[in-house]
Amino acid sequence: MVRLITHNMLTCHVKNCTKDNYPLVFQDAAVEIRPAEPNLGFIERFLPKLEWSALVSTAKALGDDSLPEVMPEDEEELRSEEFLTKLHHVLMEIHVEEGAMVCRGCGHVYQISSGIPNMLLAEHEVGR
Amino acid sequence: MSRPEEIAPPEIFYGDVEAKKYTGNTRVQSIQAEMTDRAIELLALPPDEAQFILDIGCGSGLSGEILDEDGHYWVGCDVAPSMLEVALQREVEGDLFLQDIGQGFGFRPGTFDAAISISVVQWLLNADSAAHSPPQRLNRFFTTLHSCLRNPSRAVFQFYPSSDDQVHMLTTAAQRAGFGGGVVVDYPNSAKKRKMYLCLMVGQSEIPKGLGENGMEVEGDAGDDKVKNEKRRRTERARGKKSMKGVVDKDWIMKKKELYRNRGKEGVPRDSKFTARKRKPKF
Repeated sequence: MVRLITHNMLTCHVKNCTKDNYPLVFQDAAVEIRPAEPNLGFIERFLPKLEWSALVSTAKALGDDSLPEVMPEDEEELRSEEFLTKLHHVLMEIHVEEGAMVCRGCGHVYQISSGIPNMLLAEHEVGR
Repeated sequence: MSRPEEIAPPEIFYGDVEAKKYTGNTRVQSIQAEMTDRAIELLALPPDEAQFILDIGCGSGLSGEILDEDGHYWVGCDVAPSMLEVALQREVEGDLFLQDIGQGFGFRPGTFDAAISISVVQWLLNADSAAHSPPQRLNRFFTTLHSCLRNPSRAVFQFYPSSDDQVHMLTTAAQRAGFGGGVVVDYPNSAKKRKMYLCLMVGQSEIPKGLGENGMEVEGDAGDDKVKNEKRRRTERARGKKSMKGVVDKDWIMKKKELYRNRGKEGVPRDSKFTARKRKPKF
């Protein structure tokens, strides 16, 4: 049940892992599309928080290339219903059910099983 | 009253059996719902706006369900796999993570509009393995949480402290991480209904008030700080004896205690209404 909205917010939290720790790369991802009630106002307010390039590259890796490479600069296009609906689909309806997320910096593998990523760290990986 | 956190670590205590029991129990459900409603009220979210909320120690998603009803989007994390499994069966809306909150969060700065946590943080005060150090885990938890919350925003934790020292430990750890706010006590005079909420704020400072009997709001902290009639007693005594040499007043004692605490001295007595209280003359 990892949605891309959450994945876009997730970095690696292993001790001393500060370089290339975002975004986590999906591996052997099993994707499931689950329709969700759109709330376009929420998506619109969420826009400034998104890291666009990470979102697009991740969506592409999961086989969805409906989003443009660069975030539209035109305000009207950005706030248009069509664009926000597309964004809603990518952020809220794509769920990764199985697989793993790998940190490019330290190589830590976060296993995902039945939609729940295992974020537990070994004792020596916990930051202070 | 038995305390589950004294029996076993959370991921073991909430095994398959306990997780089902916990979620199926209607009494637990209604108490949880009540506390979640109160916590959401304390969050003071803008009305009619969906928010992105972190549910710390979401368990089987009892509180998440209420967030769903209000139309919020949430992300939950819990350390007990069995509880998360129950949450999966119940098909809650939020994203779930298997995470030990004492190890810190890995979310980007400013991710969440609020954080909520029902009956969880008291677990952090226990050292369940040799490598666990509660102050260190608290510190890691609060600093990473502080950074992943938006400014301004709030985080509300309902918790069951076993002593005043635990409350003190939590609040100082939170303050050190940069949070403002403090403890809100609902129904402070009722043994059963009494509930404590740690209400932390990022970038704002007014603490909400706790609920009293009949839904009345009472002062945030546990009442007056002074002994009754102390002032009158003092003036009367002063009238009787003109000069009282060598008397240390409360301010001086508080100053000294503060100093010792800052230096990290152990065993500094905690402040109460009896601090620097005058005693009866003895022969």
